[in-house]
Amino acid sequence: MSNDEEDPKNAALSRRLFLQTAGAAAGGAVMPPMLLAAAAPAVAIADAASVSLTLEVNGSRHDLRIEPRVTLLDALREQLQLTGTKKGCDRGQCGACTVLVNGRRINSCLSLAIMHQSDRITTVEGLAQPDGSLHPLQQAFLAQDAFQCGYCTPGQLCSAVGLLEEHRRLGPGAAALTDSAIAESMSGNLCRCGAYTQIRAAIRDVAAADAGTAAGAGGDVS
Amino acid sequence: MNNFSYVRAADIDGALRLAAQPGAAFVAGGTNLVDLIKGGVAQPRVLVDITRITALGQIQEMAHGGVRIGALASNSDLALHPLIVSGYPLLSQALLSGASAQLRNMATVGGNLLQRTRCYYFYDAGFERCNKRQPGSGCGARDGYNRIHAVLGGSEQCIAVNPSDMCVALAALDAVVEVRSVRGTHRMPIADFHRLPGDTPQRDTNLGAGELITAVELPPNRYAQHAHYLKLRDRASYAFALVSVAVGLEMDGDRVVAAGLALGGVAPKPWRLVDFETALRGHRLAEVDLAALAAAALAGAKPLEYNRFKPELARRALVRAVRVAAGLEEA
Repeated sequence: MSNDEEDPKNAALSRRLFLQTAGAAAGGAVMPPMLLAAAAPAVAIADAASVSLTLEVNGSRHDLRIEPRVTLLDALREQLQLTGTKKGCDRGQCGACTVLVNGRRINSCLSLAIMHQSDRITTVEGLAQPDGSLHPLQQAFLAQDAFQCGYCTPGQLCSAVGLLEEHRRLGPGAAALTDSAIAESMSGNLCRCGAYTQIRAAIRDVAAADAGTAAGAGGDVS
Repeated sequence: MNNFSYVRAADIDGALRLAAQPGAAFVAGGTNLVDLIKGGVAQPRVLVDITRITALGQIQEMAHGGVRIGALASNSDLALHPLIVSGYPLLSQALLSGASAQLRNMATVGGNLLQRTRCYYFYDAGFERCNKRQPGSGCGARDGYNRIHAVLGGSEQCIAVNPSDMCVALAALDAVVEVRSVRGTHRMPIADFHRLPGDTPQRDTNLGAGELITAVELPPNRYAQHAHYLKLRDRASYAFALVSVAVGLEMDGDRVVAAGLALGGVAPKPWRLVDFETALRGHRLAEVDLAALAAAALAGAKPLEYNRFKPELARRALVRAVRVAAGLEEA
């Protein structure tokens, strides 16, 4: 990656950080505009030492320079332009930012990017096959009409992938995923449009297909 | 969100050295700390990442039959670990009732012990009064919207509630917290780990500056067959407890041999019910007036304007949880 001065993306980020910090300072105290303009960069930029980081996202390695405070969510969206992962509440309450880290679902808004050096990260962009064929859960979401506005969908999908993996890890003896078990396990993903019934149905379909495959039945469960 | 520098600790001694810097805070799951930093409630200058210290992640049986849980074990790994599922179902139930699947994957045992209150007046730095966040500034909750607040153990300065489910189960199970500092290792019974607010509500726990939680030890469990965590909240899932009850019973037929009971959601720390336990011990459940014991447990309750429902909710929850744990009632 090019250095900070030459990279328009980083220049834009610095400007925005400057503006945010200046705004925060203005909100906290009444200061003359001249003093504010002079004081703000020292607070914003001097403290903003960037660190080098390599993230492995959807099978590709990316070298970036970020401040330690940048969340995984913001690094994905604003540095890697992987905007499929959504920012909803940004406080770990809505699940729109759910991604998979080493196969486990987490809230990327509450996780610092710098803590994910050498982790394997999967976002919604990485669920489909390289040839574009959709992940079974993506197909099931389409078949069941499991979304309306679609904003929560990337988080729902990643969360559901995590749920099915957690269920697989319990082994063949685990109880089948009931609707109430799916609802409980998906409670960290809010859907403001209220597509919960269809989301549950889509997950149930894929779980049933998995169970069929695991049992060697190979039944036609769509 | 204030900026901070970041360092990654390779081992426990390294972590303790790094934590000696002014303004340093340990970070692991980050589910609470990062949120608090975003809200301006926590303003660390240095984050010491301890997640790569593999020695802190293990869950293993101890020589005398208890279980040692590394501080970095995630809430989900712990809840589903065979030793916990079979030996300590109370802890498993409590963990799985907390937060969401994503947060449980991130959150660690050590972080859960240090989870800060969800009092609105503490969590939102826009409120001027909070003695926990800003000592001496007053309490916004006492004369404010205090529906989720403490009815037991509060003080004039603070009525914030400890939000953890895990800690309520740990209290009933007599867990011990292992702490490391540059001076060495020491152990604190869970009952001594969290503090009541008194005049120093800014201190949630008795963990000293620069000290690191390294493990939680569970004594051999007598309650594997008869345990129940009952959590009552505004939604069926993904909400903090208004009232919760952790009950473990050792039964000989219908006689109680030993009992561990604690309440959550009603006090600044997990509220152990020693008198209730003593009254159960040695008696057949049919002979015991559970409602009277529950009433005695809440006798000191001091409800405020919006949490008047809590003592009655807690009394009923206690009776039901004990009956479910004993197998007298369906969960």
